[in-house]
Amino acid sequence: MKSHYWSRLERWSARWVRVHTAVVLFFLIAPILIIIPLSFNTSTYFSYPMDGVSLRWYQAALFDDQWQRALLNSLGIGFASTLLATILGTLAALGLTRPGFPLRGLIMPLLISPMIIPIVVVAAGFYYIFAPFGLVDSYLGVILAHTVLGTPFVVITVCAGLQSFDHSLTRAASGLGATPWVCFRRVTLPLITPSVATGAIFAFATSFDEVIVVLFIGGAEQRTVPRQMWSGIRDQIDPSILAVATLLILFVLALYGCASWLSNRHRNEMP
Amino acid sequence: MNETIPTPEGGLAAPDALNDAERLQAYRRVKRQESRKALLLAAPLLLFLLITFIAPIGTLLLRSVQNPEVPLALPEATKLLQHWDEAAMPDADIYAAMAQDLVQASKQGKLGRVARRMNFYNPAMRSLLLKTARKLKRDSRDDLQAALLASDSRWGDKEIWRVLKRAGQSPTPDYLLNAVDSYVDKTGSVASLPPEESVYLAAFSRTIWISTSVTLLCLLLAYPVAWLLANLPARQGRKLMLLVIIPFWTSLLVRTTAWYVLLQPNGVINSLLSGLGLVSQPIPLVFNRTGVLIGMTHIMLPFMILAIYSVMKGISPVYLRAAQSLGAKPLTAFIRVYVPQTLAGVGAGCFLVFVLSLGYYITPALLGGAGDEMISQLISIQTNQQLNWGLAGALSAYLVIFTAIFYFIFNRLVGIDRLRFG
Repeated sequence: MKSHYWSRLERWSARWVRVHTAVVLFFLIAPILIIIPLSFNTSTYFSYPMDGVSLRWYQAALFDDQWQRALLNSLGIGFASTLLATILGTLAALGLTRPGFPLRGLIMPLLISPMIIPIVVVAAGFYYIFAPFGLVDSYLGVILAHTVLGTPFVVITVCAGLQSFDHSLTRAASGLGATPWVCFRRVTLPLITPSVATGAIFAFATSFDEVIVVLFIGGAEQRTVPRQMWSGIRDQIDPSILAVATLLILFVLALYGCASWLSNRHRNEMP
Repeated sequence: MNETIPTPEGGLAAPDALNDAERLQAYRRVKRQESRKALLLAAPLLLFLLITFIAPIGTLLLRSVQNPEVPLALPEATKLLQHWDEAAMPDADIYAAMAQDLVQASKQGKLGRVARRMNFYNPAMRSLLLKTARKLKRDSRDDLQAALLASDSRWGDKEIWRVLKRAGQSPTPDYLLNAVDSYVDKTGSVASLPPEESVYLAAFSRTIWISTSVTLLCLLLAYPVAWLLANLPARQGRKLMLLVIIPFWTSLLVRTTAWYVLLQPNGVINSLLSGLGLVSQPIPLVFNRTGVLIGMTHIMLPFMILAIYSVMKGISPVYLRAAQSLGAKPLTAFIRVYVPQTLAGVGAGCFLVFVLSLGYYITPALLGGAGDEMISQLISIQTNQQLNWGLAGALSAYLVIFTAIFYFIFNRLVGIDRLRFG
């Protein structure tokens, strides 16, 4: 369709769509971009024009015991729950994509439901039943609850990866005498690694960004970065939160870079 | 994993020596083995979710119909009260049992939980129970009915006994009724609180209202964006897509913090507006409904754009061209040919945004004001401050059932395993 065929309505609406899109994309990205310079402000005000540029809020955040502890907690809880979620989710996805899986229409939605059920209900239920077992105010409790929230992402991405999987490869392997374990280790796993890794990154990002579970079942020792930000906004907000926010934006961008690199590689390998 | 060849056991007998029935049996056996193996792979996750997800939520929801506190602490009196017909005053036996149970519970330190439980019915019950137990311990007379009545005249009030009887009944509808601002009155029929005292129904309707508004706002904002991104040249589209993906991946807390900072009375937006001379004094943008809607729309919008975009990407332009070459005007062709093909994405996006909004907590808690609490916040107030687990369970039950209905419909229409992120 060449432009001179376009009616006035079409030209008008094409222009309108472009303006609309520009406004919406600005709405999406601007808040994130605007707070980054504010984190370098010398004063404690959250507004432009800035008084001057300094790294004092970065210094305040990076050398603060609570933020350091929060970062270690976030990373530790994130890695542990990601590991658990990845193993459990990948196994389940391997089962779910086999042809004879019974009651798939019932079990699949069940495995995905932690993503849909309101997190407050998940956290309150977890607190209610596990408080007598000492899992509240403990690392194990937070890790287990974050694993619950992370597994749907692993199940979905690995199932999607396995859908394009060529089952004749595993049949060939077992026909050539490979045991089921060798077959999994040498044939299946290398082929689904990208989708497993993508699922793991999603699970990690979920845990790394989660605050409600930590509010309910984490104690003072289990404070994570989002939890620390939460109390920062609630109690006493100062620009060191913006410094942390800026660092988190960079961190998450790096995570996204990994995920998209993996999925690109995935696409190239299995067209 | 030899799933196609049904091998008879041992493989010794030649296939032609078997009749059809045996073959069928062997085939079925292999099939059964296959599904058992498949299920076995999913078993660890199923077991894990059963313990850490299904059992906790199930217990919490069941808690909404249970009344364990009073029967545990006041066993005899509760038992006797269940046979009381509520017509006349309870007889002397019930008074005696109540007096004994109260003293016993107080000595064993169980009275505090009963007092808190009764407080949910009537704020005066707590002090009545604690005061009575204190007085009874000092009272040495044998006539326990007289002693109870002497400790507080309210023990002569039938209403107090009726409430104690209700608190001993399991399963109870009371929490589920309280969660929709209703209760069982003296005559045994269900009554509702007057609208101005409504707390939970108002919160439910507010939650649905906010979720619906956010969903519609997202749909209106997302549809043209998704269309343009799907129809731009691939390179350009991918670059612009980054502007959707980056916010999508950015931490919720970071985005909420950003809005918190931007929307302040002396924040960036207000200083910009007053700098341009558009407003004379700061407009309130945060700690009210506006703040909640802006923050939630910002967080949900990428879900909507991605859901619609992924469907639009798969729509071939030939249909639109065909419609136009058959004489349809561009607008007609767009509405009658293009839009229907995008409905799957619109449905998926709307479902996801609506359901995620229903259970939302962080943004309304940080950007909302006193009148913007959503149901999730009220649940957390019941569990963390009031310690009213029954009511928390009842509120959760309504929220979970409502969410589950939408989940079920969505799963039927679109299929949950077709959700994609990023």
